[in-house]
Amino acid sequence: MMSSILPLKHPPGTLAETPGALPQGWSAARLRRRLAERAIETLLMLAALVSVFTTAAIVAILVWESVVFFRTVPLLDFLTDTQWTPLFDDAHFGIIALLSGTLTTTIVALLVAVPLGTILAIYLSEFAPFRVREVAKPFLELLGGIPTIVYGYFALLFVTPVLQKIYPELPGFNMLSAGLVMGIMIIPYVSSLSEDAMRAVPMSMREASYAMGATRLQTALFVVTPAALSGLASSYILGISRAVGETMVVAIAAGMQPNFSFNPTEPAATITAYIVQVALGDLPHGSIGYQTIFAAGLTLLLITLVFNILGHFLRKRFREAY
Amino acid sequence: MIPKSIGASSSESGVAEMRRLIARHKTWDWLFGLLGTLALLFATLVFAALFGQMLINGTPQLSWEFFTSFPSRRAASAGILSAWVGTILVMLVTAVVAVPLGIGAGIYLEEYARKNLLTDIIEINVTNLAGVPSIIYGLLALGLFVYQFGLGQSIAAAGLTLALLILPVVIVATREAIRTIPQNIREGAYACGSSKWQVVSHHIIPYSLPGIMTGVIIGLARAIGETAPIITIGALTFIAFLPPSPFSSPDHLLSFEWLLAPFTVMPIQMFNWISRPEEAFQANAAAAGLVLLVMTLSMNALAIWIRYHFRKKIKW
Repeated sequence: MMSSILPLKHPPGTLAETPGALPQGWSAARLRRRLAERAIETLLMLAALVSVFTTAAIVAILVWESVVFFRTVPLLDFLTDTQWTPLFDDAHFGIIALLSGTLTTTIVALLVAVPLGTILAIYLSEFAPFRVREVAKPFLELLGGIPTIVYGYFALLFVTPVLQKIYPELPGFNMLSAGLVMGIMIIPYVSSLSEDAMRAVPMSMREASYAMGATRLQTALFVVTPAALSGLASSYILGISRAVGETMVVAIAAGMQPNFSFNPTEPAATITAYIVQVALGDLPHGSIGYQTIFAAGLTLLLITLVFNILGHFLRKRFREAY
Repeated sequence: MIPKSIGASSSESGVAEMRRLIARHKTWDWLFGLLGTLALLFATLVFAALFGQMLINGTPQLSWEFFTSFPSRRAASAGILSAWVGTILVMLVTAVVAVPLGIGAGIYLEEYARKNLLTDIIEINVTNLAGVPSIIYGLLALGLFVYQFGLGQSIAAAGLTLALLILPVVIVATREAIRTIPQNIREGAYACGSSKWQVVSHHIIPYSLPGIMTGVIIGLARAIGETAPIITIGALTFIAFLPPSPFSSPDHLLSFEWLLAPFTVMPIQMFNWISRPEEAFQANAAAAGLVLLVMTLSMNALAIWIRYHFRKKIKW
């Protein structure tokens, strides 16, 4: 646009060699530059489109293999049967048996992550001195960066033995310890998103509250928290979505036996643990066992998608509030 | 909440009652501060337990031989040579794919994209992809890279999978870094006759580099620890050999045979050892976990340091 008025940059030499024939030299250089600019923009757009292709490929592959699966297994059986034994002779395909494991571990995880994450968020946003916050925030971030396999090891070889001391009948694989560790794992996630939401509440609201004689806690609980509520809710929901999709902790610590039970002291498989279990074996490509993991994956994707959309919707709301 | 007697605060008892009220609420304040500190303490204790447990179980196993030995059926002589070499090679593929794609996509969305339907779709997509469980990427890779593209359980398949997994992290970090650059930098460059790409390559990229680097490092640290997608592509096997060296080509060119070689990585090796029934292998798992933990934590710490360091330095 501007180069048509005053083209400052030009290939070296063009000006010196043809001082009299400016317009022609200019237009060739300009054409080249415009083409290069256009090529770069196209390349960058293709890079951005990779994410769209990824989503499309995920959906296509999951749906494709699931369609083959549902040709053999009726959808009704999939949703209502309470047994999941796809590799037995007497094969049952009741996703509920896996969903119960996912649900139970997720609830245990939330019972840990929501209270602790919220307390930490309120404390860091409203109470903690500057110094404490400067140290605590990166520390929590580091906790969130620990590989999930390490948390799995911790659950199986530290938390379970400790729990067994309190409750000796607890089996070596159980949903309780997996859920507890998963909860600890998502604390940083919940606390940082919640804190962001609370910090987005304008200072003037706090000042007004203090001016009325409210204490810090009263301000935090009755002014800041309600104002940041949709942000808090979105952090919980995104936490749920993480817990539902978490794999290694449950695969290691909760066992891989499908078990239709909501009792956290029992071993059970989650959807993710089942996928791992199948992948560990040597199932031939195209067999019904191979297709089950895609049907299970599609279920998982749909669940997390619902929570993610809900979470983003809520987060948008708190962003637009002020 | 406020007692009626405050209205009659001139009286002695009113003042005393108000003092009591204030004292009570101050106590609640103090109690919540304590609660918050305890919550932080709890997080610290958990971390200490996690790290301490691994340190106690793993340190005896950590030796030079542990890094230079292949996995073995005998726990005492088993090492992580193939695992750490595999991790480095897979990360190489991941970085080579994810960094240019992620930065390019971030630049496109911030600097080039017009406000239209396509841009909206891409943006919604990136946020959604960030929330997709990692094991789903494993299923994608199993169907697409392993079988459709015929890459098999290779370094290339794993690297591509992890690249797609961390792409949203890199894109979001790039966008956030670019957003902090004030508009007048761009205007100044345009006023000097820069083209769009010159503005981007001379100004936007250099100024946003610390932020981008932070995102790239955090993404790679996440990729190093990812286990589920790599298990899903079926890479949990006994690997007691190294991929062919890139310098093994007879005509002095870099060889890319290693891309299609079978491999193992640190978290897979650790998972393998955790799932063994013999207790002796758990010491190996702890040692491998320690190495993995040090790798990811130091990368995360580096990223946090870069962010804090440059945030203090840059003043627009």
